[in-house]
Amino acid sequence: MTTPNVSGNLLGAIGGVPRPETDVVVDARDVNKWFGRLHVLKDVCLQVKRQETVVVIGPSGSGKTTLIRCVNHLEKIQSGRIFVNGHLIGYREAPAGGIKVPIARRRNGKAPGATKLVEDKEKNIAQQRQEIGMVFQRFNLFPHMTALENIIEAPIHVRGASHDEAVAMGRALLERVGLAAKEHVYPNQLSGGQQQRIAIARALAMKPALMLFDEPTSALDPEMIGEVLEVMKELAREGMTMIVVSHEMGFAREVANRVVMMDDGVVVEEGTPDQVFSSPTQERTKAFLSKIL
Amino acid sequence: MTALRNRGIRPALLVGFLFLIALAVAGCSSSKSQSFQFDANIFLQDLNPTSQGVLGALYVTIVISVIAQALGVALGVLAALGKMAHIAPFRVTANVYIWIFRGTPLLVQLAFLYYGVGAAHLWGWDPITINGFLIPGAIQAAMVILGVNEGAYMAEIIRAGIMAVDPGQTEAAKSLGMTYRLTMTRIVLPQAARVIIPPLGNEFNNMLKTTSLIFVLGVVETYNHYVIVQVNNFRPFEAYAACALWFLLLTTIWGFIQSRIEKRFARGTATGSSAIPGASWRARLFGNAATSSGLGGH
Ligand SMILES: Nc1ncnc2c1ncn2[C@@H]1O[C@H](COP(=O)(O)OP(=O)(O)O)[C@@H](O)[C@H]1O
Ligand SMILES: [Mg+2]
Repeated sequence: MTTPNVSGNLLGAIGGVPRPETDVVVDARDVNKWFGRLHVLKDVCLQVKRQETVVVIGPSGSGKTTLIRCVNHLEKIQSGRIFVNGHLIGYREAPAGGIKVPIARRRNGKAPGATKLVEDKEKNIAQQRQEIGMVFQRFNLFPHMTALENIIEAPIHVRGASHDEAVAMGRALLERVGLAAKEHVYPNQLSGGQQQRIAIARALAMKPALMLFDEPTSALDPEMIGEVLEVMKELAREGMTMIVVSHEMGFAREVANRVVMMDDGVVVEEGTPDQVFSSPTQERTKAFLSKIL
Repeated sequence: MTALRNRGIRPALLVGFLFLIALAVAGCSSSKSQSFQFDANIFLQDLNPTSQGVLGALYVTIVISVIAQALGVALGVLAALGKMAHIAPFRVTANVYIWIFRGTPLLVQLAFLYYGVGAAHLWGWDPITINGFLIPGAIQAAMVILGVNEGAYMAEIIRAGIMAVDPGQTEAAKSLGMTYRLTMTRIVLPQAARVIIPPLGNEFNNMLKTTSLIFVLGVVETYNHYVIVQVNNFRPFEAYAACALWFLLLTTIWGFIQSRIEKRFARGTATGSSAIPGASWRARLFGNAATSSGLGGH
């Protein structure tokens, strides 16, 4: 069948490797998240350095999706801080207590320097998300737009790129993901693997400093998994900073710098792919690996 | 298949209209009442589009319907977004608006907002001139009040359309850095339109007929025209029969236009499985539930 031609450099299509401003691109500190009474993320810490690929594994319901959705503020958090490129994501710091402290007690109220999180303005959050590409399990391409239109939509309307500029970049990206011929095709006429490759191109077109992947191959027929993983491996080799939720061992062993094992909202263990897969130290990791291998 | 159907449209309608007229004539001439004789000449004269005022009245009906419907769609979008807003005052405003305008008769809204509000000197409905066209207060009031009333009904239709769009679409748009506004205008509303268009067409069919109520404002639209005709010639049977036929013609033409729009729209979006096939003209005219789409009607 179609072997995607991803040998050309992918990031060349967007003008080179987007250079994150800081050495630590993602810095999540003591993140806590509840869905109602359900404590989904429990004091989660995660650091991703520039040009690193981190693969997150763990049983269903352990909070992997929720964690990466918090990184671009598709989900709110209740405590902790997530920094991307040194910027606090989704919130701004405000003096703790604030309006809740009675006037008389304000002066001698809280300890100096104590702050709480207040959700940032919608506009600022949208701006922060421009730096963070996301690829979904179910592709989520825009069905009323062709492949090329999907890719150029955000560069034009969010980044303010000119139409010609966006089209040139869009075509280059389509070519690098092996879908140059599908420029004018609507998503419903494409296979799952093709749709996911276009979804990756769409995210890359914003020149993000960080890419998030949420089980990008788990909704695909087996014969299409390879073509999507190829594109992702190429991206990792070219130096994109990525967090990938995936149970594809081959992918993790080949390109991951680190594997993070989550269970029940907690980071159980992390290390190189070899450490985690070949000699896990935690019982929960061993139990999980024995199920998926 | 469709070619055959299309060829059948015009003869079928012609037969229909002739049948209606024949029925009227036969019904009257065989009537037991000796005092009434259907006068075909007067009827045809009343119906004649070249007779004084007929085309003007139809024009008023159509223009007011189109403008009121457009206003209704705009307000419906705002009210739908208001209903779904995270900010409580927006939700409350939208809900109160919908509650009031769906909960009171249109006739009362027309009378209150035109005569009542006018008498209270809250809003004068003064004539205004746009591009040299003088628009009398009653016509302005008709468009605005019909539009505001319609917006309360469109809100629910538009909300259903927005809810039918996969939440993953909003998330994809957000993750690309789109603001709420961009997400709505570029991603969600264009997809919601596929679901909204069939019931919107039905709303416009209603609007064409509902405009007859604005006779209470003294606007001479199609119905009011025939009220005046029968006042002058003392032949209400012929006048109102002619009036009914004109409305039937308007809604029939709209039925054809609507089914064309729906077909084109279903094709243009090219989303195969999720596309809503355009309902046939038969479904539009005769309300065939099997072929009209799920969300239509009240
Ligand atoms: N929107 C939501 N509302 C309530 N509970 C949720 C929601 N999303 C996820 N959850 C719950 O949070 C937990 C973690 O989910 P998720 O992050 O999707 O796990 P994973 O991706 O590791 O399978 C699960 O128990 C799930 O049922
Ligand atoms: Mg998940």
